[in-house]
Amino acid sequence: MTALIRPVLALGFTEFRIALRNRWVTITVVLMALFALVLSAAGSAPTGDVGVDALSVTVASLTSLGVYLVPLMALLMAFDAVAGEVERGTLSLTLTYPVSRSGILLGKFAAHLAVLTIAVGAGYGLAAITALATDPEAVTGLPALLRLFWSSILLGAVFLALGYALSSIARRPGTAAGLAIGVWLALVVLYDLGLLAAVVADNGGAFTTRALPWLLLANPADAFRLYNLAASEATAAASGLGGAAQTIPAAHALISVLLWPIAAFGLAVAALRRVTP
Amino acid sequence: MTRLTLSQVTKRYDGVTALDAVGFTVAPGERVALLGHNGAGKSTLMKIILGLIPATSGQIEVLGTAPGSPSAREGTAYLPENVAFHPALTGLEQIRLYLRLRGCDPEQAMALLERVGLGDAARRRIGTYSKGMRQRVGLAQALIGQPRLLILDEPTSGLDPVSRREFYTILDGLAAEGAAILLSSHALTEVEARTDRIVILSGGRLMANDTLHALRRQAALPIRLQVSARPGAADEVAAHLAGGRRNGVMVDLTCAHDEKLTRLGHIAAIQDLIADVEIIPPSLEDLYSHFSRRDDQ
Repeated sequence: MTALIRPVLALGFTEFRIALRNRWVTITVVLMALFALVLSAAGSAPTGDVGVDALSVTVASLTSLGVYLVPLMALLMAFDAVAGEVERGTLSLTLTYPVSRSGILLGKFAAHLAVLTIAVGAGYGLAAITALATDPEAVTGLPALLRLFWSSILLGAVFLALGYALSSIARRPGTAAGLAIGVWLALVVLYDLGLLAAVVADNGGAFTTRALPWLLLANPADAFRLYNLAASEATAAASGLGGAAQTIPAAHALISVLLWPIAAFGLAVAALRRVTP
Repeated sequence: MTRLTLSQVTKRYDGVTALDAVGFTVAPGERVALLGHNGAGKSTLMKIILGLIPATSGQIEVLGTAPGSPSAREGTAYLPENVAFHPALTGLEQIRLYLRLRGCDPEQAMALLERVGLGDAARRRIGTYSKGMRQRVGLAQALIGQPRLLILDEPTSGLDPVSRREFYTILDGLAAEGAAILLSSHALTEVEARTDRIVILSGGRLMANDTLHALRRQAALPIRLQVSARPGAADEVAAHLAGGRRNGVMVDLTCAHDEKLTRLGHIAAIQDLIADVEIIPPSLEDLYSHFSRRDDQ
């Protein structure tokens, strides 16, 4: 067992060190902290009147922004993972060591996930501190924030794994970067726009009632948003498709949020297995 | 028992035959040079030996097992061509990682780097290293854990002459301890004195597999005699000796090894017309071209 874990740990620590040196840790932490502070400041204004605590309002805003930011950070960290090693010639070298391909990927995954956890934790932590400092009622929003925290990590895991898969398919860092941005646009931005357009054209027909909930669950970013909004009391602040959140049980969204990281990692391992070093 | 046995190894990539029925062996303590032009199939063959890519057909035995098997990987070290490590890591960190991946004590890293002459640069980032220094990091990782078989793809490219000599001294030590070494190179001149046997690949086919001495004998390349005529006598010398004139004074002759003395006798007979004679044996380049071009004819 230790013989299997030892190389994964060694690769993970090295990858984490690279993330520190490349300033990825600094960049992501600063980015998340800034967003959390801006959202806390913006969210603290209207609270008293609506009767919802400051933190719950912030959680709703953090959900809407996290769904863009977390996948972007994950893809930016992951796109170079395989393509960069192919280019440097270190992938073929590492593969001659007694390490499996899934072990190599697992090491990188652990390190990148640790960076994301630190960044998301710092951002959400700051939001919690700010809310608690201004509103004593904010304690009631803590469970929602905690849920947002671990589901954000899972969302990040999905996009890290998708990034590795793209990196394996592209084999060149430049191509991989382009693909990563393309996937981010498609899954996080254009997917929802497309669904919105379809809903408008359908005008409450079969598509909206039958297909739409499944299509939302099929996209990890939408599932993440639905889960957090459906589970939270503060759905009032929901985005365009938030209305659909009422028709989809939170449990379904949770299953999608939990299954996606496993499926995406499986996809990444399969893609790396196809790489000829 | 041999450390590496190849027999009838063939590799085809969508219609192109990269390797065609290649077979040779490498014994413990033996240093074998794999020579060939770019695209001759050297790197492909090495990747097949390492189990990174499968052969289309043929038998390969690495340390008594299949290529890429856990025990083959355990005992084999590899140095890829033009390897570049992550620029953000230091040489020490990189070697510590490779030691951990082999299950060795990471504290050996400094000693390994000192062995390849990188002790002073060990704590600097690889991004600041020259190509030769990166190549030394690659060599340091290949020395981890006393490998029984070393596969080195153009290990001396980017090294200056002094570093090359140091590199071959390290290899001599490894071979003396019983390691089998297969290394590739472009130049026969470089490997002539430092390897035990030479394998020449051309267009994916094995053209030669023998010691340098045996290859020389087998090729029986002609010897060149370069005759310098006295001023104005070049045409006369060329006519006497039935040789080709090169410029105003030089006449070029070629002859087989056993004709050398007879030819020199002819030259001595007209010594009044001659200023000097130079005897040029076939060079290593000539020998290499002879074997690597044999299939074109």
